[in-house]
Amino acid sequence: MCEKQATAMNVTQAAEGLLALSQQEELVDLPSNHPLSASEDEEDGDGERKHQKLLETISSLNGTNRWKLTERSEASLKVSEFNVTSKGSGEKLAISDLLGPAKASSSLDTVKKQLNRVKSKKTLELPLNKEEAERIHREVAFNKTSQILSKWDPIVLNNRQAEQLVFPMEKEPPAYVPIEHAFHGWKATTPLEQEVFNLLNKNKQPVTDPLLTPMEKASLKAMSLEEAKMRRAELQRARALQSYYEARARREKKIKSKKYHKIVKKGKAKKALKDFEQLQKVDPNAALEELEKFEKARMMERMSLKHQNSGKWAKSKAIMAKYDLEARQAMQEQLAKNKELTQKLQVISESEGEEGEAEEDEPLVPDTVNEVQMNGGGTNPWMFRKCNGDAKEGEIQADPEDPEQLPEPVAHEFSESEEDERPVEEEEVLLQEFEEKRSFRKRSELNHNAKPVDSQETKDSNCQEVLSELRVLSQKLSKKNHQSQKQKVNSVVATLQVQREEPAPEEEESLLLQKPERVQTMEELEQLGKEEYSENKDLTRPVLEREQIERTPRNQLDAPKEKRKKEQMIDLQNLLTTKSPSVKSLAVPTAIEELEDEVDRDQKQMIKEAFAGDDVIREFLKEKREAVKANKPRDVDLTLPGWGEWGGVGLKPSAKKRRRFLIKAREGPPRKDKNLPNVIINEKRNIHAAAHQVRVLPYPFTHHQQFERTIQNPIGSTWNTQRAVQKLTTPKVITKPGHIIKPIKAEDVGYCSSKSDLSVIQNNGKQLSRHQQKKLKKNSD
Amino acid sequence: METAPAPGKDVPPKKDKLQAKRKKPRRYWEEESTPTATGASPGPPAKKRNQEFRPQRPKNSGVSKKSRISKTPQVPRKARDQKKPQRSLSGAQDPFPGPAPAPVEEAQKFRRIDKSKKIPHSKTKTRSKLEVAEAEEEEASVRAARSELLLVEEPGFLEGEDGEDTAKILQTDIVEAVDIASAAKHFNLNLRQFGPYRLNYSQTGRHLAFGGRRGHVAALDWVTKKLTCEINVMEAVRDIQFLHSETLFAVAQNRWLYIYDNQGIELHCIRRCDRVTRLEFLPFHFLLATASETGFLTYLDVSVGKIVAALNARAGRLSVMAQNPYNAVIHLGHSNGTVSLWSPAVKEPLAKILCHRGAVRAVAVDSTGTYMATSGLDHQLKIFDLRGTFQPLSARTLPQGAGHVAFSQRGLLVAGMGDVVNIWAGQGKASPPSLEQPYLTHRLSGHVHDLQFCSFEDVLGVGHSGGITSMLVPGAAEPNFDGLENNPYRSRKQRQEWEVKALLEKVPAELICLDPRALAEVDVISLEQAKKERIERLGYDPDAKAPFQPKLKQKGRSSTASLVKRKKKVMDKEHRDKVRQSLEQQQKQQQKQEKAKPTGARPSALDRFVR
Repeated sequence: MCEKQATAMNVTQAAEGLLALSQQEELVDLPSNHPLSASEDEEDGDGERKHQKLLETISSLNGTNRWKLTERSEASLKVSEFNVTSKGSGEKLAISDLLGPAKASSSLDTVKKQLNRVKSKKTLELPLNKEEAERIHREVAFNKTSQILSKWDPIVLNNRQAEQLVFPMEKEPPAYVPIEHAFHGWKATTPLEQEVFNLLNKNKQPVTDPLLTPMEKASLKAMSLEEAKMRRAELQRARALQSYYEARARREKKIKSKKYHKIVKKGKAKKALKDFEQLQKVDPNAALEELEKFEKARMMERMSLKHQNSGKWAKSKAIMAKYDLEARQAMQEQLAKNKELTQKLQVISESEGEEGEAEEDEPLVPDTVNEVQMNGGGTNPWMFRKCNGDAKEGEIQADPEDPEQLPEPVAHEFSESEEDERPVEEEEVLLQEFEEKRSFRKRSELNHNAKPVDSQETKDSNCQEVLSELRVLSQKLSKKNHQSQKQKVNSVVATLQVQREEPAPEEEESLLLQKPERVQTMEELEQLGKEEYSENKDLTRPVLEREQIERTPRNQLDAPKEKRKKEQMIDLQNLLTTKSPSVKSLAVPTAIEELEDEVDRDQKQMIKEAFAGDDVIREFLKEKREAVKANKPRDVDLTLPGWGEWGGVGLKPSAKKRRRFLIKAREGPPRKDKNLPNVIINEKRNIHAAAHQVRVLPYPFTHHQQFERTIQNPIGSTWNTQRAVQKLTTPKVITKPGHIIKPIKAEDVGYCSSKSDLSVIQNNGKQLSRHQQKKLKKNSD
Repeated sequence: METAPAPGKDVPPKKDKLQAKRKKPRRYWEEESTPTATGASPGPPAKKRNQEFRPQRPKNSGVSKKSRISKTPQVPRKARDQKKPQRSLSGAQDPFPGPAPAPVEEAQKFRRIDKSKKIPHSKTKTRSKLEVAEAEEEEASVRAARSELLLVEEPGFLEGEDGEDTAKILQTDIVEAVDIASAAKHFNLNLRQFGPYRLNYSQTGRHLAFGGRRGHVAALDWVTKKLTCEINVMEAVRDIQFLHSETLFAVAQNRWLYIYDNQGIELHCIRRCDRVTRLEFLPFHFLLATASETGFLTYLDVSVGKIVAALNARAGRLSVMAQNPYNAVIHLGHSNGTVSLWSPAVKEPLAKILCHRGAVRAVAVDSTGTYMATSGLDHQLKIFDLRGTFQPLSARTLPQGAGHVAFSQRGLLVAGMGDVVNIWAGQGKASPPSLEQPYLTHRLSGHVHDLQFCSFEDVLGVGHSGGITSMLVPGAAEPNFDGLENNPYRSRKQRQEWEVKALLEKVPAELICLDPRALAEVDVISLEQAKKERIERLGYDPDAKAPFQPKLKQKGRSSTASLVKRKKKVMDKEHRDKVRQSLEQQQKQQQKQEKAKPTGARPSALDRFVR
């Protein structure tokens, strides 16, 4: 290595233009340049020593002195110097090492042979771990199956992307329809066709291909008649014979004479014997079989206890022979038992019995079970109950406001009402037969009477309100006049500016300091009006003036921020007070002509309306401010008064502390009506509608905008044509009823049978999906 | 359109139609011999007034329709002729090969997906889905555009001579100009006895119900003038309103709300709606909205007879109400000059708009839900844009403020002032009515008390103190009706069929919101909030753990004291668990903090004073 490096260095250095002479020097210099490590030195020394040792040992191997070598029997560090040790060498002893010296001596031939044999034999590798082997098996199996399965990938993908799948997949061969059926309803329309058909009809030729001419058909029919007759005769005969035999059998069965039966039996046996003998003669094999049959029957008979008087019934019969009466009773009992048993076997009757029991046990069973059972019956209690419930609800809903009319026992009500209405009723004593109706009517009347009182009260209050308003208004009017006089004195601009800047903070303060105090007396109301008036001064002023003022350059010098803030207000004022061009109608309403006479009244109304308008704007702004405030996220104040400082009545936590423990709420999104001064848009969510909205994105979509785009188009028939609706609402999967849907097969999709899986694999090896390839790689790693 | 004549040229469509009548109707398989010259030929010399009142639908449309169809697609057919369609064996030739043409602009109208809106980059799978959705939408829109071809009727119009004001045209002139059938639609009912009348047309526009202040209630098929019922309820009638079909109508009487059938039989008396002043019916939700003197807006579901919501407007007496047909939001006008928008699902108004300085006298919303007209005590008539901004578009001061306003199906605005009605028309269909010049004016024999345009007929019904007047207003109504939706000619059987279908498609009341398209958006809220809302909606927590209920035991172990003890035991155990958990959490947090704390310089004793 070092030398190589050195040569490389040499080359480079030569290239640099050093003298060739200096090579020697450099070689000498080299160690100084590249100081060899101590270990390398040692290694060199070690190698020499080892070599020496090896030589010694090998020399000691052949020759005479090998016998001198002592054998080592114990493990000891001290080893004789002639002994072969691997100490320090660190190399394995190879067979070739042993063979080399063994060549010379002939005495070692056998050993040599053995060693050669050993050498020629290759050593077996250790078997793999069980786990590892299994893992490899699994990998191979996985690769194989995944490759086999990968052939389905494109098909699966196609099916997933398909607009519609129709199952069963394979097309049914179209049902064969004979041509005559297909042409059944068809008629010739064109003249040529008609001509052809006329010709055919005239010659009585078949219109369609394979049919026979009528003549042929007739002849065929004639043939069939004879056959039919013959067949009928045959059938008749067979039927007659059958009935004859039946009748005979019945007659024979009816004969009660034992003797007759004995004779018949004997005759039969004889006949059988005879037959058997005959059979023996004719066909001995068959006879043997017959014999076997007989034998088998006998064996069976013997084996079974069927007819050996061992049954219960037979025993009882035996008992009966001894004691008649008891036996009979026992028999009856047994019969009863038998009946019972048979009854128990009957499934239906059993269930009925149980049902009866269950019905008796009703209290123990939960109600629902019973209801379900009842449901099984013809009438549907659920429906009944619901109907009733609905009706009741309806009744309740109809008159929940007047509890008098709630469904109560009629008689009770009746008496009550009578008591109530005795004074009134005396006038109408005659109409006793319609008492019920009348009472109802009375009650409604009473309601009528009762309600108006309330309404009167409300009306009174309304009147009061109106009155107070009017008073406030009149006060304002007077003040207005006052103010207008003052305004002339004051410099208009100054007041305007002051007023402009003031109202917002003032009102905010007022909002903050609002207390739930009721204004109860008229005086207070008036005061309120006065108070408000001071705030309201600028608003009451005619807007035209203000607009004029605004146009002055002075206003333009105002800070832009302020201006923007104010613009909103002004905007609102403008919005409502700009003079819109009046319409010159051709037909002026007659009423206005009358009104025009009363000029001052009109003026009054105008003034009133103007004031009302100002009030309206102020109120609206206040309302809007409140709405904004209510909707704002609130700061959380976590200060604990008296914590870490002096506490008590009248002591407030320091501002510093308050600031420290105030968690500021985050600013929400800007309000929708931020730039719309005349609008308050409710920012609350409609949670009932939100319940119908989609909340979870379906699978392939990653962003809600994507999904929204797919559901933009309505699919209902209200918005689409009939065809479009049909297309938009086609089902994804159609299955034909009554058809078996078999799993997909390789042949169905164009692959050969499973034998050629391998070929597919080879083809598809490259087409493996990236995912699978990754997986395979992983497994192979 | 060729049938709409330019102001200078005089091509009365009426004449056109007559020509078509005279000519033998040309079938499509016949060779095109002469180009239809009607469009190009100059019309007869000027008539004094060129008025066209839309011929009333299908009765006479058999011939004219054909001629129209054959006329319309002229240019494209030439192109198609050049293509030389395949000839069949018989020699017959399909004159219209391929699918029917669908104009692109028309299809654009039915487009729903806004492609200008960017969406975040999507994966291939998503993209394929999006592509499918877009293709579907396009196909649906093309189909819809193609079916526009079937809307053969055209709206009527009224046009004056050069410089002539249409407002000067009197009803009598119009009646003279139009055909007999249309002329019969102008009529007056002189009913001076029972005071000012409120009226209401049914959804199909075929039936009319009216109620006089003094209790006179009647319903009739106003086209044939067949009276279905006439009663006197012996009580003041505030308002009258047909429900979903002409068989039922609701009458707001002095005290309560009553529902009558078409024979005048009282079916229901709804006492929960008392002192009702105005009625509105939301046809797709089957909701009857009532505004009452007591300040409540009540929604009554007429299909199940349940009150869906009763909302307190907190604004005093309610006497001004209108519905927005686009989103079924109810607009209420208040005495403080505001108009509030309401939905039954929300307890507060969806929006409040300050419209007038004085009280609001009347509100109306047009059929597309784009414009709202309001009139107030300040004698102003304003038109607001309802598409998000709620700003006034135009305003006019009327000599005497309008007490009633109404929009027609095609966006004409009518206002009733005293005994005069003024009608304004817009430039196109989607534009707001321009208040510069009235389109028509009419003076009535009494003060106006109610106004409503009849749907699918160019008729304006006016209820006034002298009875009822049915005015002809050319171009007011939609000329083509949807036979499956609102069929004026439907039979009883068809009506029943429609009723069932409409009930099946009933929209839940809680879906009413300002922007109905917002329902097709994904609701992106946190799980916590969704849970909270669910609890709020249901009124209880469905996932909450039921409180422990001790089992009943025998032999005196179920005494009250032991029950309490057992309860207490369970409670304590739960509490202990909770405390233990919180302690463990605290410890964990502390450990974490300690680990996270860097072991810097040694803390000094003075550190405690540092803040």
